[in-house]
Amino acid sequence: MQEAEPARVTVTDLACRRGDRMLFARLSLALGAGEAVQVAGHNGIGKSSLLRIVAGLAPAYAGSVSVEGAIGLLDERPALDPALPLGKALAFWALLDGDAGTDHLRRLGLAALLDVPVRYLSTGQKKRAALARLLGQKAQVWLLDEPLNGLDSHAAELTEAIVAEHCASGGIAVIASHQPFRLAGMRVLPLPEYAA
Amino acid sequence: MMGRVTTLLRRDLARLLLGGKGGGALLPVLFFLSVAMLYPFAVGPDAPLLARTGGGVIWVAALLAAILPLDRLVEPDIELGLFDQWALRGISEELVIAVRVLAHWLSFGPPLMLAALPAAALLGLDGATLRIVEIGLLAGTPGLAALGVTVAALTAGLRGGAALSGLLVIPMAVPVLIFGAGSLGTGGTSGLALTAAASLVLIAIAPFAGGAAVRASRG
Repeated sequence: MQEAEPARVTVTDLACRRGDRMLFARLSLALGAGEAVQVAGHNGIGKSSLLRIVAGLAPAYAGSVSVEGAIGLLDERPALDPALPLGKALAFWALLDGDAGTDHLRRLGLAALLDVPVRYLSTGQKKRAALARLLGQKAQVWLLDEPLNGLDSHAAELTEAIVAEHCASGGIAVIASHQPFRLAGMRVLPLPEYAA
Repeated sequence: MMGRVTTLLRRDLARLLLGGKGGGALLPVLFFLSVAMLYPFAVGPDAPLLARTGGGVIWVAALLAAILPLDRLVEPDIELGLFDQWALRGISEELVIAVRVLAHWLSFGPPLMLAALPAAALLGLDGATLRIVEIGLLAGTPGLAALGVTVAALTAGLRGGAALSGLLVIPMAVPVLIFGAGSLGTGGTSGLALTAAASLVLIAIAPFAGGAAVRASRG
């Protein structure tokens, strides 16, 4: 987060269509540095689709998205090689991201798991590993898709604390979650209100 | 940029060359050798016949061996979300596919060229024929690698993608096979040059076709 340019996410009149079904329309959203929003709504309402459109990984049906700052995405796929030990799988991303830190591994309780192949990790452990990858990326805009899924209460609190620190240091967080996410000053975007 | 290419290439080689559960480079080589071993059993111990047709058999075996690892070339990385994470870091699908073509070729091209030596002995090929086979494989296998990665990207996520990709590769590999195996009959350099040309076309297309296919699979 050394870049001089402050992070910013602007979504204007966005509409999303999956197949022949319109998921949401006329959605506008503006986030500045340090702000966070929870995209709320039941399953299938289009929370993940919204995040993927903001990330530029899926096309918008209408409207526009503009993002200042590097984007980090945390979704249900940890993007770690299942056959590799966790340490090596994370080292691959650390090399790409130019990240040499190991503090977040200890903090996330992963230090003892570095020799364990990723496929033997539990859902919660994989989620924490993905969070470590996200921290190493040092992106300013975090898109978190169900970040608390599969985490126990301790890890969930830790995740909330990490997101709070991210926002306190000028980062942006867009959190898609159907469960409550505790974060001071976070707005809530009720996606069902934009359902088309 | 170069650092990223090196990092990607090292990961690809660790997966494709050394193995994991797919068997790495060893499986295509063993498959290739077993075809070369079976052929004399099937046609009988007629040395002139074996020597005349052996080069073509090596080419067919090489083509089939190149198909074996197709299902783990692209699809696992899409499913695991790696391509999405690369895209967010500004690493294009084209770059990843180009690196993968190189890694795929390194994991089966040179090993097959080495395995062609014992295969030539099994089939009773003479030195001159073996030389043309080796040069032909050097010219042709990069094209087969590019074709394999392209088709693997196109069929990623489809039901029965592995079987389908094998079926798709075979007809598109026909030009490489015709020129490569054809150079044995004519003994000339023109066949080898055409093999290399067909190979280059496939290599030039692969990053763009494969990259577009990976993006299209996001839906």
